[in-house]
Amino acid sequence: MDETEPLDWVALSGKRAKGRRPEFFEDPALDRLYSVVFALAGEVSVLRERLDTVERLLERNGSVNRADIEAYEPDRQAGEERGLATRAYLARIMRGFQQEVEAMEADDPPIGELVEKLGRE
Amino acid sequence: MTADLPPPYTALTRHPMMARTSHDEAARFNFLTHFNRYLSGTIGKGNTLAYAKRAMPAFRAEHGREPTDRHEVRDAMNRDPWHRTWSALKRNSMEMRQQNGRQTVLRQLDDLDARAQRYNAASGQLELDPAVDQPWYQRAIDIHCQPGGYHSVERAGDVVAGANYDIGIFATTGGALGGLNDGGGQAVVEWAQRERPEWQPKRILDIGATVGHNAVPIAQAYPDAEVVAIDTAGASLRYGAARAAAMGVTNIRFVQASGEDLSRWDDGHFDWVQTTMFLHELSAKALPRLLAEANRVLAPGGLILHIEQPQYSDDMPLFEQFMRDWDAFNNNEPFWTAMHAQDLKQVMAEAGFPRDSQFTVGVRAVVDPAIFPPSPDDAEEDFGRAAVWNAYGAWKPAVWAMAA
Ligand SMILES: C[S@@+](CC[C@H](N)C(=O)[O-])C[C@H]1O[C@@H](n2cnc3c(N)ncnc32)[C@H](O)[C@@H]1O
Repeated sequence: MDETEPLDWVALSGKRAKGRRPEFFEDPALDRLYSVVFALAGEVSVLRERLDTVERLLERNGSVNRADIEAYEPDRQAGEERGLATRAYLARIMRGFQQEVEAMEADDPPIGELVEKLGRE
Repeated sequence: MTADLPPPYTALTRHPMMARTSHDEAARFNFLTHFNRYLSGTIGKGNTLAYAKRAMPAFRAEHGREPTDRHEVRDAMNRDPWHRTWSALKRNSMEMRQQNGRQTVLRQLDDLDARAQRYNAASGQLELDPAVDQPWYQRAIDIHCQPGGYHSVERAGDVVAGANYDIGIFATTGGALGGLNDGGGQAVVEWAQRERPEWQPKRILDIGATVGHNAVPIAQAYPDAEVVAIDTAGASLRYGAARAAAMGVTNIRFVQASGEDLSRWDDGHFDWVQTTMFLHELSAKALPRLLAEANRVLAPGGLILHIEQPQYSDDMPLFEQFMRDWDAFNNNEPFWTAMHAQDLKQVMAEAGFPRDSQFTVGVRAVVDPAIFPPSPDDAEEDFGRAAVWNAYGAWKPAVWAMAA
């Protein structure tokens, strides 16, 4: 490659790692879908964090510019507040998974059994 | 409450060689840090439950017995919908970490390469040898889904591999390695200084040093020693040497060489041979060769120390062995499973370290507790990725036993 030509960093960064990727689901479309959903989940988190930065800068300075956003680093307390918010966000989007784990622990009978029982007793 | 929140990416010590992260790039790592902790922590026990309640009973029903090894556990679990789901999440997290890190590094590569070149030209701490081949076990697959492995060249003289490794390891370890990702090396130093307070090793070899995360703290702790950090991967060494120079650590050199062939160093040249999280990335034949070479270059009375995750043993439940094996099959760590099943003490003995000179000791990442919460304790250990290790070591006998 010509050294003076800039690299296409966007294309290069998505390079695949050598080695066959496991298929986690029967339908490959599901594997693709997981990749999209969690990349988006990450981006929503990033957007929220950026908004938090904007809010904090506005509160402090009354105005905001991009250089300040880029340079912003949360102090200890702000870091914890943002960390907690990220954790709460993850808890919201991951609820289905987390409740599936709870359900494995609980072993509830199918609802139909209860429907029937309550109709009887 | 806050104790288990991972620190933000910006809590890392940004040394001058580090790739600069934009606001959003740092935030991406923050998300992944939380995501990884969520997978191993909050929903990690899903695997245990799926095994106990579904996979294991199904196996028993089918075979009329319990699984006898971790591979049978894996076959059973790979049919379980929860484990598949969880693995898909984890794999994606690894892949996202790579892409995020590569975007950050590649967009500023001109600057990074130029900086590395300046540091390396000025310091003389880098010694590359294009005649050194990447071992086949490094070329066969890109280890832990790192595109291009440790060695790939994006363009002549680039530092992508090392720079990307340096910024992303924070996310995959949930921030547990400390501000300079050197918690392992610091733990080694702490152990050595407690164990032999008077000991002043003069020459130290770190094999498979990558960017020197854990070799640099050893150099810092023994400023009179000369540390040689070797690796086969020039792309990682270029960055590592520049990083050390940027941090002002001058008593370490980064040399391209394979641990399988240390012929450029005489017998007994080093007082200390160190490997950190390295042996599991070799191969069955490379491991004993490398240990024999390490033995040869180690001076009588010297220390050899390997930091690894604990080896599998009959005492370790099969389910735990299976979980620890996850990276071998899902995160491109193909030697992980065979390596951890070996009797390392026996392998060490065959390489020339008598059993009664050997020891094992548990070490835990040493990090600044004011910034970095402790690594999750054993109860919720992140099977294979927690910052809690075993050190397998030996003090090479000073006087050779007659029968040796
Ligand atoms: C997991 S990394 C080690 C991490 C490093 N020790 C640290 O503390 O951060 C494994 C490294 O071993 C290197 N490697 C693999 N085979 C090697 C060999 N035969 N000789 C020297 N280095 C090797 C790889 O290039 C890679 O950089």
